[in-house]
Amino acid sequence: MAENTSSSSNTIVLEAKGITKKFPGVLANDNVEFNLHHGEIHALLGENGAGKTTLMNVLYGLYKADSGEVLVNGNVMVLNSPKDAIHHGIGMVHQHFMLIPVFTVTENIMLGAETDHRSHSNEAPLVKLDRKEVAQKVTDLSHQYGLDVDPEAIVGDLPVGVQQRVEIVKALYRHANILILDEPTAVLTPQEAEDLFRIMRELTKKGVSIIFITHKLKEVLAIADRITVMRAGRVVGTANPKESNEAQLASMMVGRAVILTVQKKPAQPTEEILKVEDLHVRDIRGLEAVNGVSFHVRAGEILGIAGVQGNGQTELAEALTGLRPIESGRFTLSGNDLTGKPPRPITATGLAHIPEDRQRHGLVLSYTVADNMVLCDYYQPRFSKGAVIQQNQVDANARKLIKAYDVRTPSPYVSASKLTGGNQQKVIVARELSRTIRLLIASQPTRGLDVGSIEYIHKEIVAMRDRGIAVLLISAELDEILSLSDRIAVMYRGQIVETVNRKDATREQLGLWMAGVHETT
Amino acid sequence: MDWRRFAVIALIIAIMFGTVVLVGFSQSSPLLIVTSMLATTIAVATPLTLGALSGIYCERSGVVNIGIEGMMLGAAFFGWLASIYMNTVFHMPGMLSLFIGVLAAILTGGLFALLHAMLSITFKVDQIIGGTVINILAVGITGFLNRQMFFGKGSVFGGQVPHSPGILPRIHIPFLADIPTFGRIFEQQPITIAALILVIVTHYVLFNTRWGLRTRAVGEHPRAADTVGINVIRMRYINVIIGGFLAGLGGAYFTLESISSFEPLMTNGRGFIALAAMIFGNWTPFGAWAAALVFGAAQALQINLQFFRTLIPPQWSFLQNSYVVGLAPYILTMLILTGLIGKTIPPAADGKPYEK
Amino acid sequence: MQSSNEPGFIKNLRQWLEPLIVPLLAIITAVILGGLIIKSVGGDPFAAYRGLVQGAFGSKKALSETAVWATPYIFAGLAVAFAFKGGLFNIGAEGQLAFGAVAAALIGYALPKWLGHDIPAFIHIPLAVGLGMLAGGLWAAIPGALKAYTGGHEVINTIMMNYIALNITSFLLNGPMKDPNPLNVVARTPAIAKSARIAPIFDGLRVHWGFVLALLVALLIWWILQKTTLGFEIRTVGSNPDAAKYAGINVQRTIIISMAISGMLAGLAGAIEVTALNYRHELGFAVGYGFDAIAIALLGKTNPFGVVLAAILFGAMRNGGTRMQFLTQIPVDIISVIQALILLFVAADAIIRFIYRIRVREERVVLTRGWGG
Repeated sequence: MAENTSSSSNTIVLEAKGITKKFPGVLANDNVEFNLHHGEIHALLGENGAGKTTLMNVLYGLYKADSGEVLVNGNVMVLNSPKDAIHHGIGMVHQHFMLIPVFTVTENIMLGAETDHRSHSNEAPLVKLDRKEVAQKVTDLSHQYGLDVDPEAIVGDLPVGVQQRVEIVKALYRHANILILDEPTAVLTPQEAEDLFRIMRELTKKGVSIIFITHKLKEVLAIADRITVMRAGRVVGTANPKESNEAQLASMMVGRAVILTVQKKPAQPTEEILKVEDLHVRDIRGLEAVNGVSFHVRAGEILGIAGVQGNGQTELAEALTGLRPIESGRFTLSGNDLTGKPPRPITATGLAHIPEDRQRHGLVLSYTVADNMVLCDYYQPRFSKGAVIQQNQVDANARKLIKAYDVRTPSPYVSASKLTGGNQQKVIVARELSRTIRLLIASQPTRGLDVGSIEYIHKEIVAMRDRGIAVLLISAELDEILSLSDRIAVMYRGQIVETVNRKDATREQLGLWMAGVHETT
Repeated sequence: MDWRRFAVIALIIAIMFGTVVLVGFSQSSPLLIVTSMLATTIAVATPLTLGALSGIYCERSGVVNIGIEGMMLGAAFFGWLASIYMNTVFHMPGMLSLFIGVLAAILTGGLFALLHAMLSITFKVDQIIGGTVINILAVGITGFLNRQMFFGKGSVFGGQVPHSPGILPRIHIPFLADIPTFGRIFEQQPITIAALILVIVTHYVLFNTRWGLRTRAVGEHPRAADTVGINVIRMRYINVIIGGFLAGLGGAYFTLESISSFEPLMTNGRGFIALAAMIFGNWTPFGAWAAALVFGAAQALQINLQFFRTLIPPQWSFLQNSYVVGLAPYILTMLILTGLIGKTIPPAADGKPYEK
Repeated sequence: MQSSNEPGFIKNLRQWLEPLIVPLLAIITAVILGGLIIKSVGGDPFAAYRGLVQGAFGSKKALSETAVWATPYIFAGLAVAFAFKGGLFNIGAEGQLAFGAVAAALIGYALPKWLGHDIPAFIHIPLAVGLGMLAGGLWAAIPGALKAYTGGHEVINTIMMNYIALNITSFLLNGPMKDPNPLNVVARTPAIAKSARIAPIFDGLRVHWGFVLALLVALLIWWILQKTTLGFEIRTVGSNPDAAKYAGINVQRTIIISMAISGMLAGLAGAIEVTALNYRHELGFAVGYGFDAIAIALLGKTNPFGVVLAAILFGAMRNGGTRMQFLTQIPVDIISVIQALILLFVAADAIIRFIYRIRVREERVVLTRGWGG
């Protein structure tokens, strides 16, 4: 393969022409045109739901386009399955890793390509696996590209950043020279993201062309050679990072001027509401996830807990809401010791919880919007007399909340599964915030939502804070933390490594703390 | 297989063997008793082993199959029917008829499995409901045809059960079967021997071949397998059908190797016990086989206590009652499922239909 | 579903009828297939079905017998449907039914003996039926507790409980509870006292007040599920146990309660059979009810009213089947085959929709969550 030192060559290696893809009720890709030059890093930018992943799934053979064609090096490709894409040298690293947790790195890499991928015919089922040979190749590849991976490690035990490297080696093992990376930095610290960018530049120097999907504006400007912006299934334009800025890109993504930071007055915190003392919590596998955490949140302030997913935030939120047993330590809400209590008494003491996984914990998708809105309160006197539920009260409540929180639904009796992600989240927010509360715990509250919903929820959180409610915000999106928090605590490996006021916090410093780099003063 | 599980299995088997030795030692030597029970255990564990292997193929690829009981029942009937047909109507020699019967049983299992696969994979019916449908269908069809063909006037066999070609003969393994006393462990019938061989084969296939790796991938994370070009649907179909063949072979044991007649509902829950064996063995062939041996031992216990019933001392008279002793396998299954004897981890995508 | 210019009552009518289409077509298709099977073994399908319908509905006696057959089916079907609503698969209805019958029989024939004198009917009947109900409830609560606290999957546990129940009742009915009457050779209890017997509704016909009770219980179950806080909790745990926990519902307690109520309904089936029909319990009468109940629950789409209709259908088929066999020599087991086919088509409604080109989209019953490791 010819080495190319300049990052933009005019050879088009991959091209999508007029791609249209429909799903029931949704036009995911509308006549999309896209091309990739040899050796470039081409960013595909758009908010959640813009159609970026759909387009990539078409290029990778996971979906079949309704119309349009895909060309590799000028030749039209017939793509019936990922096998064909792989055969043409396309590799994809998905946002949610396509790795088998119980297999080793070697087994994951060899799966589907147990012999040389180019020979389609050698598909005999009873061929003996040659783990040693593949392990050797893996080690060679990882040295060649600077991607350190241990072939014998069990993938489920590996940290997320390493798993991502396994995914990349998996693609390279199949001789990929076109690499698609779908939201790769969602699970990385800023430092790990820098590491990834370094690897990407290495790869392009060796002739690999990269498509990089993201919704993060700062990254695109940092790493991309070209940017294509998608919105609502269409390509709205391309941009040159050297000539563009965040505001311009944001408005292309959303179609209107976007306020990138939330307007808020300075905080006026009063008494302490939540006090957490030396909390220890174990995760699902019995390992220590929260390792001696102490902090407090006052009424009228937002404490943001920053940190990459998987450092104990999930378990912390579950412990504070009664969904996970606490091993030792305690926490109080307005002086009431709630350690180890089940969810109902905790909620009764004035806690509202916007859960991380809205479809799993926050809603019963098969229930109506009305029933979901009384999910936590159905037994209260206002909704039931004795053991009998007063349906008319439930319905009145639903109508009131739908109006107040602008939930887009044809009626309160529609099943929650039919709502968009943003509206589902609004149902949860409406339910939780319409109670009398003292503390709001919001876990990843805007994950996977469109910009309009994100703006709305941010507004609500700040409004809560201004009303004197204590807010604990847990988020893996550093921008969200920086935008909303009055104080920021960084969580790493189950501990709070540092707490600062917002005005004293910088991105770089937070990033270092999130990565575990901690200077003792 | 971790040590705790292994130890528990060994302990339970030792207790069961020990009980019979204690009861019967005045009549037969302990060595004879243990050897005889071991031989019986291996034999009666056969349908459980095959059922468990069937479950392993299905579930390792991600399809829950509680219809193994129905598959075995259906295979038992149709295999028996085929052998009688060959023998009585086509006048084929006994051995050949039995062999064709086994083939018919295997095929029947495969056909039921095909139905289950279609329901679960293509129509995405809830897999437990699908398995229940198979079970009900098997009971209905075998009951109907059994009565129609053998007990109704105007049936093919004129209203009576014809003479069956018997059961498969014991095979005398050279050298090993010649050992005095112990040798009888090595005189087993073909399906029993086949089951043992299949345990080893399944282990090898599952953990050392391309097929096994892909199957396991499809059962753990089908989307990941899809993204590397594996045809998830095809793999699940084939694995379920292989499972059906194995269940069919297990069904053949009942009417072609154990006894030579068919009775409605004769599988008596063994298809479900096989599933418990599979779970306890953590979806591995050797683990499931060991668990199947425990259940086999429980059955051997029941048989032998009946044999020695006159020797049972009065304070243990409850042992004379076959109903009481017969509780053992079922209670054991429930105990095993509580997970007190070790946690079990099913394939991650077990039971979930794959949607693109 | 988006037509808002449809007059209101048509919309309501459609809402009522739509869920019926697939089960109806499933029945029709299964009946056709059954006819083909009958034809293939040399029978006359039309004569067979004529006999079937005649036996099921053709006379006052036939209707009475259909109601008699339907009564335990209603209770058992409700039992399975109730468990389904709670996200649980109760395959143990058979064992729970058996214990309900044994307990009711015991109270029925032994209680006056123990007390030394007669008991008035208005105490004896509720006692026998009530204890039968409790026995069934307890028998189901055991696998319920196992599921709640150890995660042990209720499918295998309830099946094991069935076999354990079979063994225990065999032991009892061949031993301590056996009818000591010298003329008796089968495994059955003595007849229950007259004071424990529920009367038939009409003279000369076997249909009894248990049938009416079954209909009332169906109504009660519907009300519990749809209108009470307990019903809300049970349904929430059944739809999404994670959200239920988040909502503050005690999931483990709810699982056990769901199974217990389910078992009580099954126990009721057995108890009513003893006190209102057979006046004793005999081994072997309950075989097959468990699986039939599953088919009935699914055919009725786990809705109590649907279950009643499905139970009456199954009762009609079983009743008519004996007459069919008498008239045409076709084994009554064909009924099992047809019922299995009905279940097949209801479960895989996609097949029906494909055959008849229906576009109806409904909620799928999804219970399999793996073995809960």
